[in-house]
Amino acid sequence: MNWIAIWVTCKLAALTALALLFVGLPIAYWLSFSRWRWKFLVESVVALPLVLPPTVLGFYILIAIGPHSPFGRLYTDLVGHPLPFTFEGLLLASILYSLPFAVQPFVAAFDQVDRRLIEASWTLGVSKLQTFFRLIVPLSTAGLVTGAVLSFAHTMGEFGVVLMIGGNLEGSTRTVSIDIYDEVQALNYAGAAKTALFLLVVSYAVLLVVYAVNRNVWAAWPQK
Amino acid sequence: MAAEITIHLVKTFPGRPPIRARIRYLVEGATVLILFGPSGSGKTTILRSVAGLEWPEEGTIRFVSRVWLETASGIRVPPQERHIGYMSQDYALFPTYTVAGNIAYGLSHLPSAERKKRVDEVMELFQLRGLEQAKPRELSGGQQQRVALARAVAPRPLLLLLDEPLSALDAPTRLHLRDELRVLLKQLALPSIIVTHDWAEALTLGDVMAVIRAGEVLQVGAPIDVFSRPQNADVARVVGVETVVKGRVVEATGGMLRVSVDGTALLALEAESIGPDVFACIRAEDVVLEQGRASVSSARNHLTGTVQSVTMLGALARVTLDCGFPLVAMVTRSTVEEFKLAPGLVITAAIKAGAVHLVSRQEA
Repeated sequence: MNWIAIWVTCKLAALTALALLFVGLPIAYWLSFSRWRWKFLVESVVALPLVLPPTVLGFYILIAIGPHSPFGRLYTDLVGHPLPFTFEGLLLASILYSLPFAVQPFVAAFDQVDRRLIEASWTLGVSKLQTFFRLIVPLSTAGLVTGAVLSFAHTMGEFGVVLMIGGNLEGSTRTVSIDIYDEVQALNYAGAAKTALFLLVVSYAVLLVVYAVNRNVWAAWPQK
Repeated sequence: MAAEITIHLVKTFPGRPPIRARIRYLVEGATVLILFGPSGSGKTTILRSVAGLEWPEEGTIRFVSRVWLETASGIRVPPQERHIGYMSQDYALFPTYTVAGNIAYGLSHLPSAERKKRVDEVMELFQLRGLEQAKPRELSGGQQQRVALARAVAPRPLLLLLDEPLSALDAPTRLHLRDELRVLLKQLALPSIIVTHDWAEALTLGDVMAVIRAGEVLQVGAPIDVFSRPQNADVARVVGVETVVKGRVVEATGGMLRVSVDGTALLALEAESIGPDVFACIRAEDVVLEQGRASVSSARNHLTGTVQSVTMLGALARVTLDCGFPLVAMVTRSTVEEFKLAPGLVITAAIKAGAVHLVSRQEA
């Protein structure tokens, strides 16, 4: 088994899930609570990675962060090297690619929160931000866990976007799924089988967590 | 300067008549304003606008010297800064918090010792001792209502806003808590606005009453005046109880209460926890007119009165009698013709004891 690839993959997935908690929560809050009539425009953009082929998404991200784009030039000037084919570039792409896997469960959880509870909190003098942390988050834990776990799992199994943005660099951008592909190309089926089994077990375990949380096996707060 | 509450607002919802409310009244101490009307009349929207949870397109909301809303000058104070206590119809208790946690929720600005003291105080006042660690879902309807009220009152609001505070309760609890709520409101000594569609609640709890129908405020006044002297037929229809008079229970016999109304005796069915001072309420359709004393009906009350006025309302007629107190009867056109009802005629009004509703009254 390629332990370096496993380490890179786990690091990428964990950082992606963490970043999506920070990026996804405000987006999800806005999507759930805004009454703007054109909100669906943003909703569709967030959902795009679900339907776009990873190569298409990867291609556009590559163009956007490449040395010929304003953002790519700025990044190169600030950091000293271009963003594509680095771990950071891959992380950015993963965040965009897994965005719907985090945001949609968050929105679903926020949509479930009774608006009258939120109004009660406001009338008690508690600010919108405080209400978010003291009331909405505790009421949405199952959805927040689901979003974080799904985006972690989705990043673990990412292939097309990694190939487009990350290339295949040992130790920085070679992830498990690419490693399996390489092993099969080299006709090393035994190596591929081990890594594939690892990915299968991890994915299954992660989905177990998601479904258990949503079935309230471990209640986020005591129900009694 | 007299303390005054001004509510002027215009708010439209698609597919519904616009709400145009103009209410202005004086507050002293624990003045209770009742927003009374059928469901869908806009009374809850008016209450929510006062809370800052609804933004009228146009309007002014002023509470004593504070301006909460003035669309003309762009003043829109958010609910957090209005210092109100608000209780929605379903109580909206926070399910993730205990009873004590719910009550302490709005007190996070206090140092912890003071917060604890205030929570204790409020738990005591609302008789919630022993339930500190209970979760809202474990409480009965009446307990939930008390917790919700305690939570709203704990931060010492300037104004208490209650949306149908008793409607989520079963009927016996509702009757019991109606009187309890009145006592509590007076104890708290802070002004409140209560939305209700129940006339008995309006009479028991209210000092001032605004009758609302289809978004319009039809009449504002003391509840007894609104009930007994509705400004027009619309108000009368909305309130639905035409005769409301002050009385005093003088004796209880055989499941009956004898109530004296300006010297005239009325018999009513005995009711639980009714103080000596009551409002006697009679719906006009429960009053049957009879000629002479040849009574065939089983009614327990037979009052002799003089017809004051007869107003035809299509197939029905509204008859006002003077029986020592003003009494309104609703009769058919054929009755009017048969009895030749006209001002000055002396006639007997029969009312069943069960049709005389007693509501406790606070002696002012």
